[in-house]
Amino acid sequence: MTRPHLSPPHSPAAATPAGPRRWLDRQRLVHSALLALMLLAPVAAHLLGEVYYVNLASRIALVAMAAVGLNLAIGFGGMISFGHAAYFGLGGYVAGISAYHAFDGSLMMGLPGSDDMRVIWLAAVLLCGLLALAIGAISLRTTGVYFIMITLAFAQMVYYFATSWPDYGGEDGLPIYLRNSLPGVDTQDALSFFLICFAGLVLSLALTSRLMKSRFGAALTMARLNETRLATAGISPFPIRLVAFVISAMITGLAGALYADLNGFVSPSMLSWHLSGELMVIVILGGVGRLFGPLAGAILFVMMETLLGGLTEYWTFFLGLVLLGVVLFARQGVIGWLAGSERHG
Amino acid sequence: MSVTLLIEQLINGLQLGTMLFLMASGLTLVFGVMGLINLAHGSFYMVGAYVTALTTASTGSFLLGLAAGVLAAAAAGAIVELLVIRRLYGRQHLDQVLATFALILIFSEGTRWLFGSSPLWLSPPEALSGSVALPGGARYPVYRLVIIAVGVAVAAGLYLLIAHTRLGMRIRAGESDREMIGALGVNIRRLYTLVFALGAALAGLAGSLVGALQAVQVGMGEPVLILAFVVIVIGGIGSIKGALLGALLVGLVETLGRVLLPALFGQFMAPSEAAGAGTALAAMLIYILMAVILAFKPQGLFAAHD
Repeated sequence: MTRPHLSPPHSPAAATPAGPRRWLDRQRLVHSALLALMLLAPVAAHLLGEVYYVNLASRIALVAMAAVGLNLAIGFGGMISFGHAAYFGLGGYVAGISAYHAFDGSLMMGLPGSDDMRVIWLAAVLLCGLLALAIGAISLRTTGVYFIMITLAFAQMVYYFATSWPDYGGEDGLPIYLRNSLPGVDTQDALSFFLICFAGLVLSLALTSRLMKSRFGAALTMARLNETRLATAGISPFPIRLVAFVISAMITGLAGALYADLNGFVSPSMLSWHLSGELMVIVILGGVGRLFGPLAGAILFVMMETLLGGLTEYWTFFLGLVLLGVVLFARQGVIGWLAGSERHG
Repeated sequence: MSVTLLIEQLINGLQLGTMLFLMASGLTLVFGVMGLINLAHGSFYMVGAYVTALTTASTGSFLLGLAAGVLAAAAAGAIVELLVIRRLYGRQHLDQVLATFALILIFSEGTRWLFGSSPLWLSPPEALSGSVALPGGARYPVYRLVIIAVGVAVAAGLYLLIAHTRLGMRIRAGESDREMIGALGVNIRRLYTLVFALGAALAGLAGSLVGALQAVQVGMGEPVLILAFVVIVIGGIGSIKGALLGALLVGLVETLGRVLLPALFGQFMAPSEAAGAGTALAAMLIYILMAVILAFKPQGLFAAHD
């Protein structure tokens, strides 16, 4: 990211001059390959009749999308949020609670439930935005370790609220008996549902990319690198950070709403601090502040979980060892390793 | 709401507060001296509890178990510092969070691997298993009172150590200017290992003592760790005095809130709703407290560092 990085002498990046307009540079190739893999693997699995792998791909896409949201805060904004599970879980609970009321036709604070995904997505994004606005407005008054711990503490507050509020299952969670619907799409079909998740992932990547290329993105980068300099240019860092934090939470919350639909279940475990930690792990494994880092990290994380989890019950022990190795010795993450250091231009 | 119940809960709150202080003082010391945020602090709490439970079960002596638990936690702390933490001092907080999160995974799954998922049980020693009468007539377990006494003694000991010994002088010097004390010939690396092991020992002591009150199981350190984070954020990260005050505040608010709020809501709500709303709000109370304190003092009550 900001550290100077020397390309190895024989890498293609060093062999050709790094012009800004080159179409086929290594980073672009890796990004396209990741997206193509992400799209084609489940289609192939579908053709082979392997529904399990299609659902696994949906899981990867949603976890990646949640991490794309977190990456906007951590990687691009330098705000180390240890509480993004709050938004992931809130999104999930919006899907669950709305379906619950639509199912039995009851009202929630005077509002009817809905099993229309568009309504659920809108509600999830708005509510996560509001929650992030409140949490961000308090937390962003602090920096460094305080910020990490405060975001963690607020997420725990939401977690304990969900476990102790009995109406929606409390600690047991809330089942979604029938996956919510989207007009014109058979959401029960695994491949169709995967395509919805994939579209969400691509949209969140595109949004992040657009955002970071805009004036707002430049201001956010400067808020991370040198706050004083940004202030000198007449831009107050606080609102810039807060807006980025809110957008970040909205993306993660939308991923959470879809994730609850994927599993047909939402429980406080979607709000737990382990999940916040895992999302951070995915961002770091992939490469902090790299657009496609979360996708690479999510693929690696879910594959490790599936493969190691199939071999040993204690797979998180090995996840811990891998993570420790990455943090101590390989700080560029998967994307840094695959695509070389970031191009500017 | 009887006075007896209130007194009982007040003492429970004090007991939680002293345990939180044992956890929070180590965390805040490590942050103050080394600038390190350590999520794996709860793992030392778990190590202390496990070793105490196992040693007590095999030797029959709780005191021996307690000593073994504290020593094991200190040793685990020293080893972790030498192998991992040492490489993290100059790093960003993000790296520290992730590396220590990785340590949690390793400790928790490693413990589950060795001892299984089912909890171990540890009973308080015979001599302390009785109860005393409180004003108002209720009986209160002696063991919980002993825990409070131990916590107070440790707090006093920590104060003496930091304010009146050579090691304490070095710790304070390390907090204010670590380059200078290195230049003056103090072995910084050994000091850091010592401070880290001391923090781990305090966490291990807390785990060993509380282990006799609740199940000794994997993940037992995590809820306490997060409460300890709230404590040091409220108190001001790096400040022992802040940790003490924050721990008592959080312990009392957490315990009393769970009893008083449902009762308070019951005054103007239907009993079933009052129980639900009261419990939910009580669960959130310390976080609301933290938010309010931070809204006025973003660096906590006793900020030791910027």
